[in-house]
Amino acid sequence: MQNLTHRSKDVDRRPLSLWEKMYIPSVAKGMSITFGHMFKKVPTIRYPEETRPFSPVFRGLHVLNRDEEGRERCTACGLCAVACPAEAITMEAAERKAGEENLYREEKYAARYEINMLRCIFCGLCEEACPKDAIYLSETFAPSNYARKGFIYGKEDLLIPDPKTQASDLAAAKGQE
Amino acid sequence: MQEHQHNIKLPDGSIERQTTTLNLGPTHPATHGVFQNILEMDGERVVSAESTVGYIHRAFEKLAERRPLYQITPLTDRLNYCSSPINNMGWHMTCEKLLGVVTPKRVDYMRVIIMELARIADHVICNSVIGVDAGALSVFLYVMQYRERIYEIYEEICGSRLTTNIGRIGGFERNFTPAAWSKLESFLDEFPKVMKEFENLLKRNRIFVERCVGAGPISAERALNYGFTGPNLRAAGVDYDVRVHTPYSSYEDFDFKIPVGTTGDVYDRWLVRNEEIWESLSIVRQAYEKIQQFKGEEAEVFHANVPEYYLPKKQDVYTKMEALIWHFKIIMGETAIPAGEVYHSVEGGNGELGFYMISDGGRSPYRLHFRRPCFIYYQAYPELVKDSMLADAVLVLSSLNLIAGEMDA
Repeated sequence: MQNLTHRSKDVDRRPLSLWEKMYIPSVAKGMSITFGHMFKKVPTIRYPEETRPFSPVFRGLHVLNRDEEGRERCTACGLCAVACPAEAITMEAAERKAGEENLYREEKYAARYEINMLRCIFCGLCEEACPKDAIYLSETFAPSNYARKGFIYGKEDLLIPDPKTQASDLAAAKGQE
Repeated sequence: MQEHQHNIKLPDGSIERQTTTLNLGPTHPATHGVFQNILEMDGERVVSAESTVGYIHRAFEKLAERRPLYQITPLTDRLNYCSSPINNMGWHMTCEKLLGVVTPKRVDYMRVIIMELARIADHVICNSVIGVDAGALSVFLYVMQYRERIYEIYEEICGSRLTTNIGRIGGFERNFTPAAWSKLESFLDEFPKVMKEFENLLKRNRIFVERCVGAGPISAERALNYGFTGPNLRAAGVDYDVRVHTPYSSYEDFDFKIPVGTTGDVYDRWLVRNEEIWESLSIVRQAYEKIQQFKGEEAEVFHANVPEYYLPKKQDVYTKMEALIWHFKIIMGETAIPAGEVYHSVEGGNGELGFYMISDGGRSPYRLHFRRPCFIYYQAYPELVKDSMLADAVLVLSSLNLIAGEMDA
């Protein structure tokens, strides 16, 4: 067929030479490469004893953020649920009552907040959608459970430890023990 | 299929078939994905093959019809999952074509870097798997480590490795970090040596060459009739490349060659992909150099200035009312989308990946169709394996680079 462009380049398909056809030298060449690999650094990691460093923007399991005084940041605006292409997020909003100012940052909060980790595709669009700095994707991944129900994470699974009352837990969760 | 069965009439009036029916797939270790082929076998020889599709039908186009444009990107991840960034970028460019967004040069070059890295990852996997199916496992393990390096570069940019959801309409979600650049540099330094070793092990290896030459050939004419594109068409001798014929993302600024084969057999497909890896490496290097030349403010640009479609900065969303309103509008998919019809195609990892979208001005596409190259290659599979050996049938399957994620349309 004629060429469509002047950029084409034929691949090198010349027949094997006599030297290349000889069996023993080729085997020796191949063996030398494979044996050489035995003395190279082992590229695998002994997971789970060792883990590899993740990038700071890694998209793992979600956490719900608190502010520096330990109040929940989420105001149940529902933007993360709208942005979720997998429809994994369910929430119910409630109004903050008097005396709960130390629990919730704004007048409205999420009474129920569930993420179905089996539906979730970890695309990170919820994190991008959040206008309140409330939901983040963390560096933990690979959750395991015996029942499907256990994969529906509620608020108690998602909220980070309170920086005021559980400061040491928070530090541990961030990996700075 | 019936005419291929040579039956013998036995004296008692019953009929005995001379061929054996063999189910290759849908869960067969040699098929690398859910493909089913019903092979009619005469001993080791394939008399006829019948391909089945429909094992991972996920109705992407239907799902996309009720989602705003930005939420369709994660769906495209799952088409050809060996090179999902190309799918993502292709989708963003389709949206940009519809919305009339013009991306800055720096964004184009960053996209080229990501797309070419994805092409390298895709071809490296395909070529090393051809090696595995021909009986050479170690080459696969050696280059797999370097695919990991590419995935780490993705991870620095978008936070994920396989299903990347990388980039946004109008640009990237964030600028490449210094860590991403240094990972790219070290990859560009080290990968050529690994590629050389990979070539050394397979390219002129007598066992591999004799195994691949003449297996599953296709003529240029038949390939065109089937609608082949990408490396499989180029291996048959047609120098068609979307990057050259309808350049997108500033591919016209780059200097590269189109490797073409002659016979379209497994060996030609391997050689074409192998040469394309080298070409891709040189494109990445050129793009990297071009990006280094941006100075001052231009060197920080990572998205087009389109406040209607690109989310405002997070800091502004927290503090400014105007930004918060735009943020809500974009996320809810309530920004104006023009009505119209667009087709955009990119040179995907294994062929022309096309996106055909009809918009009626609503928040999601009225109709959408992905042109999946693998689906088209698979139609030719029965013809390619007819009269070959069973072991060649497996080799042909992997040399076409059939990815199950792209199989169902």
